[in-house]
Amino acid sequence: MFEKLQERLNGVFDKLTRRGALSEADVDEAMREVRVALLEADVALPVVKDFVAKVREGAVGERVVKSVTPGQMVVKLVHDELVKTLSAGEGVEPGLDLNAPAPVPILMVGLQGSGKTTTTAKIAKRLFEQRGKRVLMASLDVRRPAAQQQLAILGEQVGVKTLPIVLGETPVAIAKRAIQMGRLEGFDVVLLDTAGRLAIDEELMSEVAEVHAAAKPHETLLVADAMTGQDAVNVAKAFKERVNVTGIALTRVDGDARGGAALSMRAITGCPIKLIGVGEKMDALEDFHADRISSRILGMGDIVSLVEKAIETTEAEEAERLAKKMQKGEFDMNDLAGQLKQLQKMGGLASIAGMLPGLGKMQKQLEGRVDDKVIRRSLAIISSMTPKERRNPDLIKASRKNRIAKGCGMQVQDVNKLLKQHLEMARMMKQVSKLGQKGLMRSGMAGLMKGGAGGMGGPPPFGGRR
Amino acid sequence: MTLETSETEKRGWFQRLKAGLTRTSTKITGSITGIFTKKKLDRALLEELEEALIAADMGPATAARLTEALAKDRFDKEITEQEVREVFATEIANILKPVAQPLVLSDREPHVVLVIGVNGSGKTTTIGKLAQNYKRAGKNVMLAAGDTFRAAAVEQLKIWGERAGVKVVAREAGADAAGLAYDALAAAKAEGADLLLIDTAGRLQNKTDLMAELQKIIRVIRKLDPEAPHSTLLVLDATTGQNAHSQVEIFKAMCDVTGLVITKLDGSAKGGVLVALAEKFKLPVHAVGVGETADDLRPFDAEVFAKDLMDV
Repeated sequence: MFEKLQERLNGVFDKLTRRGALSEADVDEAMREVRVALLEADVALPVVKDFVAKVREGAVGERVVKSVTPGQMVVKLVHDELVKTLSAGEGVEPGLDLNAPAPVPILMVGLQGSGKTTTTAKIAKRLFEQRGKRVLMASLDVRRPAAQQQLAILGEQVGVKTLPIVLGETPVAIAKRAIQMGRLEGFDVVLLDTAGRLAIDEELMSEVAEVHAAAKPHETLLVADAMTGQDAVNVAKAFKERVNVTGIALTRVDGDARGGAALSMRAITGCPIKLIGVGEKMDALEDFHADRISSRILGMGDIVSLVEKAIETTEAEEAERLAKKMQKGEFDMNDLAGQLKQLQKMGGLASIAGMLPGLGKMQKQLEGRVDDKVIRRSLAIISSMTPKERRNPDLIKASRKNRIAKGCGMQVQDVNKLLKQHLEMARMMKQVSKLGQKGLMRSGMAGLMKGGAGGMGGPPPFGGRR
Repeated sequence: MTLETSETEKRGWFQRLKAGLTRTSTKITGSITGIFTKKKLDRALLEELEEALIAADMGPATAARLTEALAKDRFDKEITEQEVREVFATEIANILKPVAQPLVLSDREPHVVLVIGVNGSGKTTTIGKLAQNYKRAGKNVMLAAGDTFRAAAVEQLKIWGERAGVKVVAREAGADAAGLAYDALAAAKAEGADLLLIDTAGRLQNKTDLMAELQKIIRVIRKLDPEAPHSTLLVLDATTGQNAHSQVEIFKAMCDVTGLVITKLDGSAKGGVLVALAEKFKLPVHAVGVGETADDLRPFDAEVFAKDLMDV
């Protein structure tokens, strides 16, 4: 199904032979296909609409890099937005938050058959084995036949204690008894497994709300099946409203469902997806990684990495072009401006220096010496110069300096400083180019002799590539 | 422990089905009503209409077909909300009518029903409900607790067996499911039972080894009755989205599924995937689950389903 997205997008862009930026019309057409594809992956309609609007905004005007098609570029943009939407946000620790006085109550909620009991046992095992916690599990499911027994058996399997079953007790009473026992017997965490309930079942939803009020859980996990369809939105909304869900556990991620529900629920509740169930075994529980699920929803991880590589290559080509110029000893104000812009983006000069032979030390010196403000000011000064001045900075004398300083709102000494810096750099470039000749010979020979043994050191010597 | 309260017993089955399905349909009709504040049927409107059907899990293909049917002779014309609903209800009913077939028992002794599906779809509960209903209808029913994997699945089926008053053949957890099914069929034959319902462990359809295990169950019971299982029911959760296609496709290819049971149709899930499945696979839909008691397992009625879905 979703594999066809690429084909579809390529179809859309077949007519598009030119390169350059994505136009509004291109993006519109592509977004129609993206929408259908997301719907086929079970992402809920309202979420799809929001999402497509966001991607669209970022895509218009986006430059299509060499060696990828515009369609592939769009796939990459969709993927990036997916990762952004699915990520928990910066500074949020993956996994469960246990930062509360013991015993920390954790409440598990969800629809029937979503995998609450199994997930409860998996979490217990994980907390016990990986974080050394003393865990107590209690089943509040008094409805499904043998549900309490199921948790008790799982508890034995994973070596985690379960609350003794008392027949006829209400869920609220069980929750209170569990927390009481947790407190008295010094447990770190109390996991409360609840009965499955439909989000629209008023009676059962108020029951779980009562449990929530009584237990005051530190984490409330909504356990949801990765195969869930459009209804994911309603389910997530209802549980969020009634029991203030703090995180999502996505189950059956080992199936072949696209898992669009993950996106729906993340978007609707604003809660991070904390854990994913990836198998029937008790240790088949993993932390959630936004990029993996994104590739899966898209079903096209290859293209994404292809585009990423293409972008890297383009930047490398740009850097190489400049390096070549530097070798010839030509380094004017335009080059300096280009360099400064690169610096804003990435390693800039330092990484270029890294591409030239014998400059490892200098690379280190260059790193971390240029801060953003300086770069922006320098760029402003350069843009106040005439094209002629940029090509030939030697022209710049007193009156020109005055004019340039006024043009960018700086002082004459700032202009002087920049000119001095340029001079130093140009001189350095000349040295580099001499060094480079020798270096080229050496590492070129060495490179040949080593043959296939590349990949050990840093980037290949620049000259050796030609 | 019994779930049937006297209050629910009193309500007729039709009301109960309708109550369940009305909840199902509220969302979809709600969104269609919202669409039809404007009245002229143009491209933009059709597109929104299509989206509403997609939001009901019908899938893009079926949604497109239904919208086209509407567009064919009504494009650019004034149309009322009621008309739209009727057109859709008729179309949906037409798709579903051929698949609305009750489960028919052969006069084999016993008629063997194998119940399969992914984890958590509601297999054990469906078997419990079926057992209760057939027992009430005067059949001699026997159950095989074939889910030997999930903790307490055997106990769960035993409780349903007690409720229905039928015998449950079970072994300890972790036992071989195929061997258990064989024993159960032998026991059912010896007792002259009318119906043997075999429960199985839930499995995701992309797990090849687990699917092979299902095939083994079938191979083994065929040693006692070459025609068994006479029915193979795939239990589908109504909240499932487009993955239902993959489920039906693979289970059908592996185990010759003869019919479907749709569960949890009383939730807010719209069950629209059923329409798409009927169109694509043409497998009979024997029953729908609209609640937690035995009375909540109902024969599937295409017209009622379609009308309730569209609220006409």
